[in-house]
Order: sequence, then C-alpha cells, then structure tokens
Amino acid sequence: MALARDHELHRRRLGRNLGVGLTLVAFIALVFGLTIAKISGGGMIQAFDHTYRPALDPAVNRNLGVNPGRGE
Amino acid sequence: MSDIRAEIAQQTQPAEAGFGDYVLLLKPRVMSLVVFTALVGLLVAPGALHPVEALAAIVFIALGAGAAGALNMWWDADIDRQMRRTARRPVPAGLVAPGEALALGLGLSLISVAMLGLAANWLAAGLLAFTIFFYAVVYTMWLKRATPQNIVIGGAAGAFPPMIGWVVATGHVGIEAVLMFALIFMWTPPHFWALALFMNDDYTRARVPMLTVTHGRRVTRAHVIVYTLALVPVALGAGLTSIGGPVYLAVALALNAVFVAGALRLWRRDEAQAEADRYRAEKRFFTFSLLYLFGHFAAFLAEATPWAAAFRAQFTFWGL
Repeated sequence: MALARDHELHRRRLGRNLGVGLTLVAFIALVFGLTIAKISGGGMIQAFDHTYRPALDPAVNRNLGVNPGRGE
Repeated sequence: MSDIRAEIAQQTQPAEAGFGDYVLLLKPRVMSLVVFTALVGLLVAPGALHPVEALAAIVFIALGAGAAGALNMWWDADIDRQMRRTARRPVPAGLVAPGEALALGLGLSLISVAMLGLAANWLAAGLLAFTIFFYAVVYTMWLKRATPQNIVIGGAAGAFPPMIGWVVATGHVGIEAVLMFALIFMWTPPHFWALALFMNDDYTRARVPMLTVTHGRRVTRAHVIVYTLALVPVALGAGLTSIGGPVYLAVALALNAVFVAGALRLWRRDEAQAEADRYRAEKRFFTFSLLYLFGHFAAFLAEATPWAAAFRAQFTFWGL
C-alpha cells in the first residue's frame, strides 16, 4: 500500500516547512526594514564617497580644533 | 506488508514535531512578559528611536529570551518529565530531541545577540548575552538544583529585559533602569514561592530544592511576607524617579496594599486551612502577582503618555 500524500506526517511537515518559511520571510523583511531605517536616519553611517569633504579631513579639523570622530 | 501507514505512524509520530512544538520550546508565555517589560523599558526611556529599530530590538530581545527557554528545556528535560506542570513540554514529551533543543537555543542565542548589537547597540547586546548566560547556566545548570535560594538569585534573569529596553533607547544604564530591574527581581521570590506552595508535590518528586521542599511551607510563608514587604519601597521608589508620577504612585499604592494583604493572609494560614480549600488563597495570590507586575509596568507606560504629562502639569500649577 502506497504512502498516501495526505498522511498526518505530511501535514505536520508541511506545517513545519511553512512555519520556517514564513519566519525566514519575516526575518528578511525585518532586516530590510532595519537597513532602510538606519540609512534614512544616517546617524552612524558616514563613508568616503570619492568627493573631497573638508569635514572629514583631519588636517582641516585640526586647524579648526574639531574632532571629526565625535561628530562636532 | 499489511498497512505501511500504521507502521510509519508508530515509528515516526513521537519524533515528528510540528512547528508549534518548536515555538513551545521558546516558552511563549515567559516571552510575552519579556516583550511587555522590555517594550515599557524602551518606551519610557528618554530619546526617540525609529519605530522599525524599536520593533527589531524587541523582536531580538524576545528571541534571546526564547533561546534561554530552549536551553532551559534541554538541560531540565529529566526533571520536567517528573513534574505534572512541565511533563507535556516538547522535550520530555518526546516531540523534540534534546539535541535539537540545544541547537535551537545556541543558534537563536547567537542570532539574537548579534542582531541586537547591529540593530541597537553593543551594551544592550552584551546585557542580552549575559541574561541568556545567567538563565541557562547560572540558574538552570547550577542554582536550580543546588540551593533553595535558586529563584531569589535566578530572578535576576527575568529582571533584565526592561533594563535592556532602556539601554536600547539611551545607550546607558540609568537609575530608572536599575529600579525597573529591582522591581522584577524583588517580585520574583513571592511569585514563585506562592506557586511552590500549591505545586510542592511536583518539586518534591523532581527533587528540586525549592524552599517549600527544603524548609517546609511554614518557612516559605514567612519568606513570602518578608519579600513582599521588601518589595514595597522598591515599587514606590521607582515612582519618585523620572519614569514615575502621580498616576504610577496611585496604581503602585493600590497594588502594593492588596499584595501585602494577600501575603499576610498566606502567612496567617496553616496547612490544614490550605488543604481544606485546596490552596485557594495561594492560587489567588499567585494570579494577583501577575496582575501586580503588569499593573506597575502599565503605569510606567501611562506616565510616558502626553496625558500624564498634562496631569503632572496641574500639580505643578497648584504648587504641589
């Protein structure tokens, strides 16, 4: 006798796979949302973008008496 | 071969867990309390946080609490099997293998701590890591089976979530965070000893050295009243800081009066009385203890709303 496709075992596994799948989708959505929120805020993100920015130049900041690490 | 389905069902059913069994491994009821207290800690803290960052932080704190729960169930499967209250948990029930519980606990611990560090800050992540370590190693592996003071010291694990919530929002530990921690820390012993009073048979059978097992119910009743009285200044003291106010103080006064009255009732009762009504007062005290904690944190939250600020302004206007 063949193993029926609607066996309780299959339903349980389907439920488990769906649960894991939805959890992963929710995790991805959360990390994506978090990334957007961090970028929108822009707080801690400050990168060199191939353009001269005096605010990031240590020599300029030294002359002005400003510490760029503290965001002053 | 007559019926392969019946054969397979017999072989695989006990080892085939559903998704819900893995969720149960994370102790969802404890998790809900962790989510609530951490959320309050986060919302009452000064400073604004992006809603998505706040949501992510709460999710990862909850995940960390769940990881600690899974590690607890992995280690305690032997005693859980002997206690009526815990015998149906996934590991003792044979639905989830102990190794799976361990793997899930360790995996979620790493994910939750790393993600909280990235989503919020590394002080909050460090506190979450310490909380998981404290619950899984200090409490579960060591204190629980070693001393009747297990839940007194182990209570610290449950007290950290509002502090972590506060640190997520502010980046540092303030006096308010310490008082929210102290409130849960001092509340834990009377809460669990009330449970032990009417579930003593379970703990005796499993040889867990709860105070009721090692020193008897009379001594436990005395401890409940002492810790309940010691809890009062902590609860009221929190109302005098920036997260408190008239609304919180009014709620705290009422809840503490009822809680102390309940503890006094337990202290006056003897075992004959308790047996006669099947530990009715003890069960009511235990249930009320949940309302007590919820009420205090709901009042903290109420104080953080604009309506409470307007209410406080009236007091200032009248020079109070």
